[in-house]
Amino acid sequence: MAVEPMSPAPTLSSPHPAGPVARESAHDPAVLLDGVSKRFGEVTAVDGLDLEVTDGEFFSMLGPSGSGKTTTLRMIAGFETPTTGRIRLHGRDVSRVAPYDRDVNTVFQDYALFPHMSVGENVGYGLMVRKVPRDERRRRVADALSMVRLAGYERRRPAELSGGQRQRVALARAIVNRPRVLLLDEPLGALDLKLREEMQLFLKALQLDLGITFIYVTHDQQEALTMSDRIAVFNLGRVAQVGSPAEIYERPATPFVAGFVGTSNLLTDDAARLLVGREGTFTVRPEKIRLSDPDEMHTAGESSALGRIRDVVYLGSETRYIVALEAGGELVVTRQNLETSSMEALAARGRQVRLSWNREHVLALKAS
Amino acid sequence: MGRLGLRLATGSVLAFLYIPLVIIFLFAFNADRGQSWPIRSYTVRWFGDALANGDVRDALLLSVEAALGATAISLLLGSLAALAVHRFRFFGRETISFALVLPLALPGIVTGMALNATINTAGIGFGLVTIIVGHATFCIVVVYNNILARLRRTSSSIEEASLDLGATTWQTFRYVTLPVLRTAILAGALLAFALSFDEVIVTTFTAGTDETLPIWILNHLRQPNQRPIVNVVAVAVIVLSAVPVYLSQRLSASDAGGLSG
Repeated sequence: MAVEPMSPAPTLSSPHPAGPVARESAHDPAVLLDGVSKRFGEVTAVDGLDLEVTDGEFFSMLGPSGSGKTTTLRMIAGFETPTTGRIRLHGRDVSRVAPYDRDVNTVFQDYALFPHMSVGENVGYGLMVRKVPRDERRRRVADALSMVRLAGYERRRPAELSGGQRQRVALARAIVNRPRVLLLDEPLGALDLKLREEMQLFLKALQLDLGITFIYVTHDQQEALTMSDRIAVFNLGRVAQVGSPAEIYERPATPFVAGFVGTSNLLTDDAARLLVGREGTFTVRPEKIRLSDPDEMHTAGESSALGRIRDVVYLGSETRYIVALEAGGELVVTRQNLETSSMEALAARGRQVRLSWNREHVLALKAS
Repeated sequence: MGRLGLRLATGSVLAFLYIPLVIIFLFAFNADRGQSWPIRSYTVRWFGDALANGDVRDALLLSVEAALGATAISLLLGSLAALAVHRFRFFGRETISFALVLPLALPGIVTGMALNATINTAGIGFGLVTIIVGHATFCIVVVYNNILARLRRTSSSIEEASLDLGATTWQTFRYVTLPVLRTAILAGALLAFALSFDEVIVTTFTAGTDETLPIWILNHLRQPNQRPIVNVVAVAVIVLSAVPVYLSQRLSASDAGGLSG
């Protein structure tokens, strides 16, 4: 697991003094979770979490539903109080601080726009309750709306907008307050695929533009891989692995991470002993495996295994072959449809094949 | 064919419901003191007579006071109960919800008997206060149900969003919670007013010797010389009950589209 290189912190006084007790340095992490747990009655939603989010990074919390990622986000926002542990924002302990006293803003999954207010009033709400003068408020609302490409929408009602537009109003309403950390709770979940892909690029560009920390909760591994500087993979209230998208994908630490981020191609027991030569659990990514005729020889540095194609899934740009190994177990192999037609691909079902892969691409996994 | 049948059926139901009311309306303008059909000539002089009648004026005043009082109590208790039941998970939550809704279904005569016995035992004098308490038992439900329905239709994260954007708990209530509930509160209040205004059964047990407008009608229905005035009072009760119900419906309908956003 790679931690961002942190230069030894000279305690500089910060441009954002947060009170006499809160010693704040330019190198304090944006968010620091220190042994944070959250229990709801008998249920432990978050279990002894340590996490550090660097200032200005796009940090994703990825995991299945019920893995504790949303509860963690809600504790950072202040909607839940940790049962044990501490939460620091830029060095300031906020474990028991109300949401309105924290320098973070949230984009909610259901957008949570105020139905009785216009778009302009929605976006200006944070400025209004903080008594920002009317002129400045109007200017900043217009700026925020043009940032999310909704310039001139001030007088519309939320009910008149499309899903994608409401989503951007929610975004404008959060960033208009210039928070140092923006929390996003599955904000693209309700949008269709096309719009979602557009918004992913837009959010990433916006984050670079604003230069603030984004903490992004999602259950969509593709989304996390596309946008993030770093990803924390959550499972059962704990973090299974933290790292860059490439690290998470290419060097998954546990079988859970290997399976959740991509396809879990696990080699265990006999298959591990025969094909890797060691006891343990190993994985090979489907796109790293070459598919060929059984009599074709593999080259030096490669491992190879015989098997039979059990099933073929045609996906348009690529085809996925599920191969039952003679050594036991199954491997999924994906292949770009360079010259193969769907007919040819589907006809491969039941055929005897040889799989080969570079030994460097075999990863040992810790039992999770 | 099916469409025509549906129209006929709807028409018959509406006729069944409203023809008797129309007849009362017509008789209120009947120049003849007797209730004979067809009506030969029309007049508005019974309206003047009704207004000049001191008993009628007192009854009207009492009815309005009782309805306003019952509405006020229902607003306070109904909205607080709705907020509590919606927002918190606590022991006995379902029971409270049930206990609040039950009086609407209980026969008025039972509620009336029970209240009468209680008031007698406690030695409280019968009058405006006891009428208000009696009406509040079933008016609270209307306010409670209206507000609870609105709360359930509203995204619960909007209050969190408000806190998140820097508003204090009080600001959140003032700028978000209250405005979102406003029309539901008003609709509930209007319905509560209408329910209280035309109530008879519970009132007979809690009013003592005082007369609300509906009770006055009941007491004078059988006196032939009072009949024209009774008709006029009936028209007044119909109007004063129908207007709040109409307004309440309008309020609920105009929000149905705009508040789910």
